Amino acid sequence: MTDRTATRDDGSDRADRGDRDDRGEVETHVYLCTGCPLGCRLEVDAVDDDVLEVRGFACRRGERYGRQEHVDPRRPVATTVWIEGAVDRRAPVRTAEPVPRDLVRDVVASLRGVRLEAPVRRGDLVVADVCDTGIDVIVTRDLERIGRP
Amino acid sequence: MPITPDRRHLQSRYDVVIVGAGPAGMAAALGARERGAEHVLLVDRETDPGGILLQCIHSGFGLHAFGEEVTGPEYAGRFLEQVLEQDVDVLTDAYVMDVTADRRVKLMSPRVGVHTVDAATVVLAMGARERTREAIRIPGDRPSGVMTAGFAQQLVNLEGYLPGRRAVILGSGDIGLIMARRLALEGVEVVGVFELLPQPSGLTRNVVQCLDDLDIPLHLSTTVIRIHGRDRVERVTVAPVDDDRRPIPEKAWDVDCDTLLLSIGLIPDAELARSLGAQLDPLTGGPVVSGTMETTLPGVFAAGNVVHVNDLADWVSREAQVAGEAAGALATGARRPDQDIRLIPGENVAYVVPHTIASDGTHTLSFRVRRPIHGPTVLRLGEIHRRKVRAVVPAEMVTMKVSPRILEGFRGDVLRVDAIAAEEVAR
Repeated sequence: MTDRTATRDDGSDRADRGDRDDRGEVETHVYLCTGCPLGCRLEVDAVDDDVLEVRGFACRRGERYGRQEHVDPRRPVATTVWIEGAVDRRAPVRTAEPVPRDLVRDVVASLRGVRLEAPVRRGDLVVADVCDTGIDVIVTRDLERIGRP
Repeated sequence: MPITPDRRHLQSRYDVVIVGAGPAGMAAALGARERGAEHVLLVDRETDPGGILLQCIHSGFGLHAFGEEVTGPEYAGRFLEQVLEQDVDVLTDAYVMDVTADRRVKLMSPRVGVHTVDAATVVLAMGARERTREAIRIPGDRPSGVMTAGFAQQLVNLEGYLPGRRAVILGSGDIGLIMARRLALEGVEVVGVFELLPQPSGLTRNVVQCLDDLDIPLHLSTTVIRIHGRDRVERVTVAPVDDDRRPIPEKAWDVDCDTLLLSIGLIPDAELARSLGAQLDPLTGGPVVSGTMETTLPGVFAAGNVVHVNDLADWVSREAQVAGEAAGALATGARRPDQDIRLIPGENVAYVVPHTIASDGTHTLSFRVRRPIHGPTVLRLGEIHRRKVRAVVPAEMVTMKVSPRILEGFRGDVLRVDAIAAEEVAR
């Protein structure tokens, strides 16, 4: 019940409009935190996208994860791209930041044609602003040029 | 980068020789240098140091070691930088053929040929191997397309091949879950993950990120009971299991696939320790170690997955740091601390590492429970120490810090480690 009170306090912008009727009820959503290996079971009380309370976290990262996961779930993406002249044929890459979860497949697909040439260094840019996310894709391993001089 | 000191630079005597340059070996090298070991040699059979981290391209490493999450190759890269800054000799493309009890290390590589070095101390850091089809004896045909999840990971992430078009994964260990996602993102149809146990074997976050996110079904209490296919896998028969984990054939069904990945556990790669004559623990499959990670052979240490299978590289590094420090200290003349207390696994504890500790030392005990307890759990060290945790599951290694303050009043020589539901303790 205290949750409802909190709703009105937090959602003052909506309350001001006096259209409380089209607001949803407080619903509790359950998410499993992926912030660390603990995997806390988070309960997120929210009215639509307004998060009122997060419970069940063991650290601040978990609370943040709960809010983020409810409103805009994001995931780090790691994949590999072709590389010429290195000890291995694939170079590992990742997004510099987590991207929206619904774009994970698109990000991986968009990197499929990329070819790098050794040497590359950790942090080298592979693709800027991948899938219009504003997020870059970078190399995660130093790969020397090998082979005959 | 391929770092290979040539024969001229390779010394004939080292304070510490470390076998394996994965997360354990690199951390051990740093630990040894910190404790004053001048000459440290790190040997690895691959061209680049890093071990299995190089194919673990996903994020999730380093939260403890660096305070932020990085990918496997980045974790390896950061450690390697420190190792090189510390003037550790790194010999790659080299295979350790033999270590004798008086610590003569015989190695072989295309660059230096066969070469023997004398080591004041040795650290074994060879990691673990994957269990294969033979370990669980899956009946049926023997076609191609059956492989371990880690091997598939190597094919995809280092060599650039897909293992097949339509895959079934047996076992929900972390590698299996990670590979389910990896294959799905590369366009392989992942039909499902089948797990014998009633709960996933891997970390919760991997179930969420790797299966739930990609709508890959997880079938618990279900296993593969037959493989079909003449040259290539054509399908597998799966069946639910009863409470005793016996398949129920009447409820079996067939799943079409051309690939079966196995993620059914790791075993310490302890052959070298065995041939050396170090005592092994049948519960872990790795060598018996003291609180400083010394095996039963004086001067021979071991750390990481060769001792017991960890779920985090960060834990491996921490444990190997201890081993490296002790190896470095011993090599430079320090006294070996008395290991006067033996630890034994008690109620609901599968194993405990280390096997012995020093009552005047600070230790981190690592252990695994046999059964999950989904609620407040008391971790008990004999009658002298208790710690409460929120829950325990076999998939997640449990750790407990032990300090001289805790051990101060204890006069015995054996301590049991238990993990018991808090409500049972209260009774």
